[in-house]
Amino acid sequence: MKPESVHAEPAPVRRAVIAAAALVVGLFIVLPLVNVFAQALSKGWAAYASALVEPDALAAIELTLLVTALSVGLNAAMGLVMAWAITKFSFPGKSFLITLIDLPFSVSPVIAGLVFVLLFGAQGFFGGWLIDNGWKIIFAWPGITLATVFVTFPFVARELIPLMQEQGTAEEEAAVTLGADGWRVFTRVTLPNIRWALLYGVLLCNARAMGEFGAVSVVSGHVRGETNTIPLQVEILYNEYQFQASFAVASLLALLAIVTLLAKAALEARIGARHRGH
Amino acid sequence: MSETVLDPPMNAGAAALLPARRAGHVLPGFGLTMGLTLLWLGLVVLIPLAGLFLKTAELSPARILGILTATRTLNALKISFGLSLAAAALNLVFGAVIVWALTRYDFPGRRVLDALIDIPFALPTAVAGIALTTLYAENGWIGALLAPFGIKVAFTPLGILVALIFIGLPFVVRTVQPVLEDLDRDLEEAAATLGAGRWTTIRRIVLPAVFPAFLTGFALAFARAVGEYGSVIFIAGNLPNVSEIAPLLIVIRLEEFRYADATAIAATMLVAAFLLLFVINALQRWSQARTGRLS
Repeated sequence: MKPESVHAEPAPVRRAVIAAAALVVGLFIVLPLVNVFAQALSKGWAAYASALVEPDALAAIELTLLVTALSVGLNAAMGLVMAWAITKFSFPGKSFLITLIDLPFSVSPVIAGLVFVLLFGAQGFFGGWLIDNGWKIIFAWPGITLATVFVTFPFVARELIPLMQEQGTAEEEAAVTLGADGWRVFTRVTLPNIRWALLYGVLLCNARAMGEFGAVSVVSGHVRGETNTIPLQVEILYNEYQFQASFAVASLLALLAIVTLLAKAALEARIGARHRGH
Repeated sequence: MSETVLDPPMNAGAAALLPARRAGHVLPGFGLTMGLTLLWLGLVVLIPLAGLFLKTAELSPARILGILTATRTLNALKISFGLSLAAAALNLVFGAVIVWALTRYDFPGRRVLDALIDIPFALPTAVAGIALTTLYAENGWIGALLAPFGIKVAFTPLGILVALIFIGLPFVVRTVQPVLEDLDRDLEEAAATLGAGRWTTIRRIVLPAVFPAFLTGFALAFARAVGEYGSVIFIAGNLPNVSEIAPLLIVIRLEEFRYADATAIAATMLVAAFLLLFVINALQRWSQARTGRLS
């Protein structure tokens, strides 16, 4: 017997706890995921494929890729900048600044969309000025990108900050002493030290950017083939009772979620630390 | 550069008074990166959120009160906060069972079960929404099993509860799990040696140690549930006063061009979210002080 048996529960209790855990995860997590693929393939592979190459679906995929590339690129670059400012220098109010960076996680997606409507919508603070200049932000891709940038704002920074804080500044200071300039220090010393954490942040940021629904829904205007991202296309098809087509498009996002989790597990093994996933 | 390296040690008070303590600035780029940080944070997060409060401030207090105390608003807030509370409470129970099985027992498929917990974090909310709806509808895999007992889940408040359990579960598990993993088993062994039964040991030794983590997980799940939109609106049925959540009411008011209503409800929910964030931060500090690690 293992030494742990001194403080282990009797076998029936143990079995009951494991069964209950499996039941909860099965009912609330596994079945919904399996259901996505079952529904998507309910009319066979041909119907599945044709739902994916339908022009509106392709347009949605294209828009999602554009918005995601912009949002993830911006948040990765600015996440590096913010992490550098916060971890390489000491200044008062640092923890408050970190709280502000995390703030978008506490905001309902619907409100994240609403704030941009209030700024740039027809009735908004800058609405009249935008109309006068013929610029469209709300109900167009710039608004969708802004809302996505908002909801994915903390992902990269919050992965980098704890790691860079732990690593300190000794290596960078040594490089500066040896005459390296700031950019060289960053690319040759800092970046190699944080590349896996950066990738981890980008991965989570990417998954959220592609799958964001609430915030994007508020600013999109739902114009088919024009301002629909993949999640919005899923909603439209579902509301039109085209269930199989809706689940087929949704299965792309479910696959993305699975790939993200697998990549995340691989990265965690490399970083050697347990991360929270949100 | 030379004066920054040789700067004499300052006392904490003096250091706090200086806006940017030069002693820390051996590395280049403070001005540039801090400037960009504040600019980016301001443009993307702070100014838009401030805009919401500015718009709300344009309304008279009586108008705001009228919007918030309208029956439909009150009911939407009641449904959002009430069901979020219920889902977070149920997730405490589910989370406890799952965390205990994952950290204390070895069984085939344990690692798979562990990995599956993160699915709700990664699965887009709209996908979760339609999947849960189809599953719990009367002709769905689970709904069909419940229908003979007269239990309807989809398109009722019960459906909202199911969606909120789905999205909240990982928050509780992932907050409590590391704390329970790190818990010193010697204490439990000592209690057992001293004659404590297993249940007494869990109640008196384990529970007090993981309690702050449970509270933090509860608060995180609750905060997420209150603002949740995508996974709920498909399964809810969205009947005003019965199964209409507050975030949906914001969207509906916006689509009706009733900006004042949308803004006032949103500002109220944002204040609630910030209060919750404050509570969560305090809980996390408490948990850290108790267990020596960040939950």
